[in-house]
Amino acid sequence: MATLKDIKLKIVGVKKTQQITKAMNMVAASKLRGAQSRMEGFRPYAGKFAEVLESLAEKAGEETNPLLEAREEVKKVHLVLCTSDRGLCGGFNTNLIARARQFIKAKNEQHIDVSVTNFGKKGRDWCRKQGLEFQSEYLGVVGGSFGFNIASTAGQALIEGFLNKTYDEVHIVYAEFVSMARQTPVLSQMLPIMPIASTEAESEQEEKPYLAEHICEPSAPELLGDLLPRNVYVQLYSALLETSTSEHAARMAAMNNATTACKDIIGNLTLVYNKARQAAITAELMDIVGGAEALKG
Amino acid sequence: MAEKIKLEVVTPEKYVVDEEVEIVVAPGVIGEFGVLIGHTPFLTTLKTGTVRYTDANGKERFVFVSGGFAEALPDKVTVLAESAERRRDIDVARAKDAQQRAQERLAQEKAEDIDFLRAQIALERAISRLNLAGTK
Repeated sequence: MATLKDIKLKIVGVKKTQQITKAMNMVAASKLRGAQSRMEGFRPYAGKFAEVLESLAEKAGEETNPLLEAREEVKKVHLVLCTSDRGLCGGFNTNLIARARQFIKAKNEQHIDVSVTNFGKKGRDWCRKQGLEFQSEYLGVVGGSFGFNIASTAGQALIEGFLNKTYDEVHIVYAEFVSMARQTPVLSQMLPIMPIASTEAESEQEEKPYLAEHICEPSAPELLGDLLPRNVYVQLYSALLETSTSEHAARMAAMNNATTACKDIIGNLTLVYNKARQAAITAELMDIVGGAEALKG
Repeated sequence: MAEKIKLEVVTPEKYVVDEEVEIVVAPGVIGEFGVLIGHTPFLTTLKTGTVRYTDANGKERFVFVSGGFAEALPDKVTVLAESAERRRDIDVARAKDAQQRAQERLAQEKAEDIDFLRAQIALERAISRLNLAGTK
């Protein structure tokens, strides 16, 4: 019976798929560990940085910096879209792109143009398909092992564009790593930088009195001018780390599901296979018995 | 010296130094400065160069830093840098490569190019690393 062989082949095929998904799951798991430890390694830096910036922003007070000034008329905004380079990670990229699309649609309705900087191939491909204007792309960053210099190079380009008024606002869409099972797309504003003093000011209460007395070299506004761009890099770097970690977590979950699905399919197919085999044997037996009966008669 | 001051050198990747030390000397943009316990709160950006400190056993140690700034508090010094390595961790071969690349680029580019500036900074970094690695 030909179908018997067909089923057998199908089982073999699904088994091979299962092997692949299992391997991808394990690769994602080990990459996830690396990404997570990098995220943790970055936390002290980010924390300290925010602390210093906060105290400095207080001291500099009303001294304005071009990076803090909101433009009165916003004609053009820039979006940094972080996605993964590779697929097979469930709804990860779809969710990020949906968030970006929503943002772009809202801006277009207000007659504001949107241009895009892409981290990751999936977002780039989408932009290309939509005919969106994208300025620069960084491939092979998300999900890999990238250094802080990528964030600072890209951040520099963004700041330049903002300062020479190519665009009036910069936003970023990235995947926040909430937990192993949850990665949410997040949209936040990068430039102009939101007022800093309001963030977590409460927790530092007891340190405040003497933080305010910092001697600054060079002067506080100058120092702020030096640190604010770095704040952008820090933000970008942490967004990239989050996205990478999320990508691996999403892929791990997707591959886990796929492996389970393979197992189910193999179970079902084996059942069908056994039934078919049984039926074939029964049919053969009937044949033999029938033949024997005929000879006797 | 009985009292120690805490020194932390942090990069985006990891903690490079987290120790109780006697004195820290760091290259500020305006000039090199030293910090002992009880320093006035002080904040400055750093030049590419070397942070020196004397550890708990009285041994002098060196850390390369670039693209950073430092905050001094009465009981603590925090150095945040884009890159930082202890002297023994400096990759001499890599720094030499970087130096050569930067020099080649400087020979080609025009002086007003951004790439030129970048190469200059890279060269400065490489030389600073090599200098530090060379002193024993």
